[in-house]
Amino acid sequence: MKQALVVARKDLLVEFRARLLLVRVIPFALLVLVLFAVALDSEPLILRAASGLVWLTMLFSTLLLVQRTYDVETQDAALEVLLTSAVEPVNVFFGKLFAAFVQLLVLSVLLVFGAIVLYGATVSGSNVVLLVTIVVSAAWGLASVGTLYGAVVANMNGRDSLLALLALPVLAPLLIGASRATEAAFGSQTIDTASGWAWVALLAVFAVVFSAAGAAAFGALMEPEA
Amino acid sequence: MVSRSTGTTTTRVIGIAAIAVLAWVVVSAFFITPADFQQGESVRIMYAHVPAAWIAYLAFITTGITSGISLARRHRTLGFDRVAGASAEVGVLFMGLALITGSLWGRLTWGTFWQWDPRLTTTLFLFVTYVGYLAVRNIDGDPYRRAKRSSILALLAVLEIPLVHFSVVLWRSLHQEASVLNPDGDVRLDDMMLFTLFSGVVAFTLVFVWMVIHRQRLATLRDMQQGVGLDAAIAARRNEGAAIAGGGQ
Repeated sequence: MKQALVVARKDLLVEFRARLLLVRVIPFALLVLVLFAVALDSEPLILRAASGLVWLTMLFSTLLLVQRTYDVETQDAALEVLLTSAVEPVNVFFGKLFAAFVQLLVLSVLLVFGAIVLYGATVSGSNVVLLVTIVVSAAWGLASVGTLYGAVVANMNGRDSLLALLALPVLAPLLIGASRATEAAFGSQTIDTASGWAWVALLAVFAVVFSAAGAAAFGALMEPEA
Repeated sequence: MVSRSTGTTTTRVIGIAAIAVLAWVVVSAFFITPADFQQGESVRIMYAHVPAAWIAYLAFITTGITSGISLARRHRTLGFDRVAGASAEVGVLFMGLALITGSLWGRLTWGTFWQWDPRLTTTLFLFVTYVGYLAVRNIDGDPYRRAKRSSILALLAVLEIPLVHFSVVLWRSLHQEASVLNPDGDVRLDDMMLFTLFSGVVAFTLVFVWMVIHRQRLATLRDMQQGVGLDAAIAARRNEGAAIAGGGQ
C-alpha cells in the first residue's frame, strides 16, 4: 500500500514537472469537444449527444495519457529498475493506476464543465451526487484498463496504434455506461435518475473487474525474459 | 528431419470428409430444402451464416481454454499457445463470414444491413478484440514472450466479452429470438432445414479442425525456422571469427 502510494507520487510528480496534462492533454480534449460541436452543427443535436461526446473524448485522452506514462517508464528501462528494487508488481500497478486516476479525474471534471459551458448541458441539484459518482467510477475504470493494456503493449513496436486497437473495444461497456448515466444526470427525458444509478453500478463492476485483472496480470506481464 | 508438409493422413481424411459434407450442404441448401414461408429464398443464407457464427464462437472458446492451459503450464511447451493462435485466426475468418452473411440476410429480411442489437454488437466487439489479439501475436520476437503476452490477452478478452454483452443488452434489445434453441423447447424449423443446418455445422467444424491443425503446424515450422536462422547466423559469426583468428597467425 505504502509502496503503491510512492509509485503514484512519483508518477504524479513526473507529470507535474512535465506539465503534459496541462499543456497537451487538456487542450486536446477541449479541442475535440469544440470540433464535435462544429461537426454536428446543430444545437439540439449537440445537447442530445453531449454526454456521449464527453466520454468519447475521455477515451481518446486516456490513450494519450497512458502512452505518455509508459513512454517515460520504458525510457532507460526505468520500469525494470523499479521492479528489481523490491517493489511488488501489484504495487507498481496500483500506483500507476492511482496516478492515472487522479489525472483522469481532473480531466473529466473539466470536460463535464466544458459540456455545461459549450453544449448548454444542465445539472439540477440532486443529480450532482450522481454525476460525481459517475465521474469517479468511470475515471477509475479508464485508469485500470489504461494501465493494464499499457503494460501489455509496453516495449512493443508500434505500441501506440496497438494500444488503441486493444483498449478501445474493452472500454466499450464503460463508454456505454458512462454516457447513459451522464445523460440521466444531465436531465435527459429518455433516461431517469434511477436507471442512471443502474448504469453507475455497471461502471463500478467494470472498475473492480479490471483493477483485479490488472493486479493479477501485471506481474506476469512485467516478468523479465526467462 | 521435419516434414516439409503440414498434411498427414489425419488431416487428409478430415479434409476429404469436410469437402464431402460441404458438397451435401450446398446441394441441400440450394435445391432440396424449401423456401421459408416468411423469409422466402433468403433463408438459405442461414445455412452458411449459422454454422459460421457457431464456428466463430467455438474458435474463441478454444482460444480461451488453450490460452488458460498454456498459462497454467507456464508455457513449458508452445503447443497450446500455437493452437490458441491458430484457432483465433480461423475464428476471425469465420466471424467475418458470419457478419457479412448476417448483414446480407438482414438487408433482405429486416431491410437494413445492420441493427444495433445486443448479439450483433457483441459479435462486432468480439471480432475487433480478436483482430487486436492477432495483431499482438504477429509482432516478431521471442515465442515464449509472445505466448505469455497473448495468453494474458486472450484471458482478458474472456473477461471483457460478458461485460460488453451485458452492457449492450442493457442498452437495447431487438434481435429475433433464437429459433433452434429457444427456451420453450419447440423447434420451429422444417426437418430438412434442420438437418441441413446441422450438416452445415458439421461441415464447418471439420473445416475449422482442418485449418487449425494446418495453421498450428505452420506456426511450429515458422518458430523453428526463426531458430534455424538464428543458429545459422551464430555459426556464420563463429566461422568469421575463426577465419580472422586463422588469418592472423
